[in-house]
Amino acid sequence: MRDVIAARAVPFRGGGFLPRTSRATAFLAFIALLAVWQAAVSLRWISPVFLPSPYEIGRALLELATSGALWEHLSVSLVRIASGWVLGTACGLAAGTAMALFSLARSVGLPMVSALFPIPKIALLPLLILWLGIGEISKVTTIALGVFFPTVIAVYSGIDSVPRNLIRMAQSFDVPFRDIVRKIALPGALPSILSGMRVSASIALLLLVSAEMIGAERGIGAFVLQAGNLMQTDQLMAGVTVLSALGLTIGTVLSWVERKLLAWR
Amino acid sequence: MRLSIEIRSHAFDELQVLEGIALDVEDGEIVAVIGPSGCGKSTLLGIVGGLIRPTDGSVTTHGVLPAGTLNPFTFVFQDFALLPWRSVADNVAFPLEHHGLSRAERDGLVRDALARTGLSDFARAIPKQLSGGMRQRVGIARALVVRPALLLMDEPLSALDAQTRELLMEDFLALWLRDRVTALYVTHNLDEALRLADRVVVLSRRPGRIKRIVPIAIPQRERAGGSAAATLSGLREELWSLIRDEAAVADREMVHA
Repeated sequence: MRDVIAARAVPFRGGGFLPRTSRATAFLAFIALLAVWQAAVSLRWISPVFLPSPYEIGRALLELATSGALWEHLSVSLVRIASGWVLGTACGLAAGTAMALFSLARSVGLPMVSALFPIPKIALLPLLILWLGIGEISKVTTIALGVFFPTVIAVYSGIDSVPRNLIRMAQSFDVPFRDIVRKIALPGALPSILSGMRVSASIALLLLVSAEMIGAERGIGAFVLQAGNLMQTDQLMAGVTVLSALGLTIGTVLSWVERKLLAWR
Repeated sequence: MRLSIEIRSHAFDELQVLEGIALDVEDGEIVAVIGPSGCGKSTLLGIVGGLIRPTDGSVTTHGVLPAGTLNPFTFVFQDFALLPWRSVADNVAFPLEHHGLSRAERDGLVRDALARTGLSDFARAIPKQLSGGMRQRVGIARALVVRPALLLMDEPLSALDAQTRELLMEDFLALWLRDRVTALYVTHNLDEALRLADRVVVLSRRPGRIKRIVPIAIPQRERAGGSAAATLSGLREELWSLIRDEAAVADREMVHA
């Protein structure tokens, strides 16, 4: 005799694995964190000497801004990071393009880049100070070196991964080499180049602060170090907040550039 | 313009790909090339189009090129090979940009090619906004804009679904009947070859040799009708019998390679 089986719905099993972000949740979480932090310091659960409250940090930041000290340090840092980043990016673009297109440049460049890329560039600062002096050039060079290697790799691998069929298509129309580079290789490598810029900008910021902590009197890194030495933790945290804002601004600008230039993706 | 292909042999390193290919393509003719996977069909096209240097052999043209041709040997690619960051019109204009044409001349040629391929309303779209069939239309428009003497079509419909393939075949035939552009058409699809070609060249498995050349005497415009069905069906049987065993062996070779 056959069993009678009651009708039942097929259970849904396809849920999950679709995480989403919510701006409102992120904002509320941030506010909650600040509130807990403020409460913990105000109730003396945490000593303000070791961790000042958000209110104290905000006040220190306002004082720095109104006294002009913030701009004095920030302007020096901005000039250093911009000079180092532009120099490193320009050289990286040239070297990466050459390595992607020419056998000689690839044969010479690839082993060198592979060998030198892993060296933490801040370790070279003392040597660069010996060679170039304690002034701006050694700091800018350190940042440029840090930016150069990830840029070379991003450009080289970006051009290398441009679909071969696009190059063949251009060759089949007798398009000159220079036009193939300009109109296919570089635009095709742009996604990789821009993500390389994101990495190199983070490295530049890291090296800026490190270089300023080692050998500078002005700049946000030097300011943070001095504040730490004097146990002015509210000033120190104000400096860290400025660095965070600087990193966020660079990231936002790069995201905007990506949206504009890579709308075709 | 007549084309003579004489490839005594072609190898990639140790791998012998083509051997003893001798083929003439007459002016205004469509010659389809079929054969098992890996038999060297696309390599043959690459050699004819000057993208691959043959190990031993040559390709020569006889007679005058069509007036105003900017790129006598022009490819239409299987994967369309469109520049994804350029609009349809800019993709079609791409092969004209290094010919020193004025902006007005270039725009005129692009407008004409877009009109002939039914793309005028999509000039500002970018490739990702188009279906596969429309993308291949852009590929064909880009090929036509340089007024080619010979179209080298490398499985141009194989990336498309059956319905789109049918529609594009009709369009291609209409274009060809109007302009009579000579074409070398590589395909896996016997029906495409029977629908479009004047002659079908059957290659053997690797190293590819010409196994047989099958002429199709029925005019292209009559092939869609029922009266040609029996003849075409017979030809299809003949072509399939020529490649079936070789295709099976080639398939096993590919799997074990």
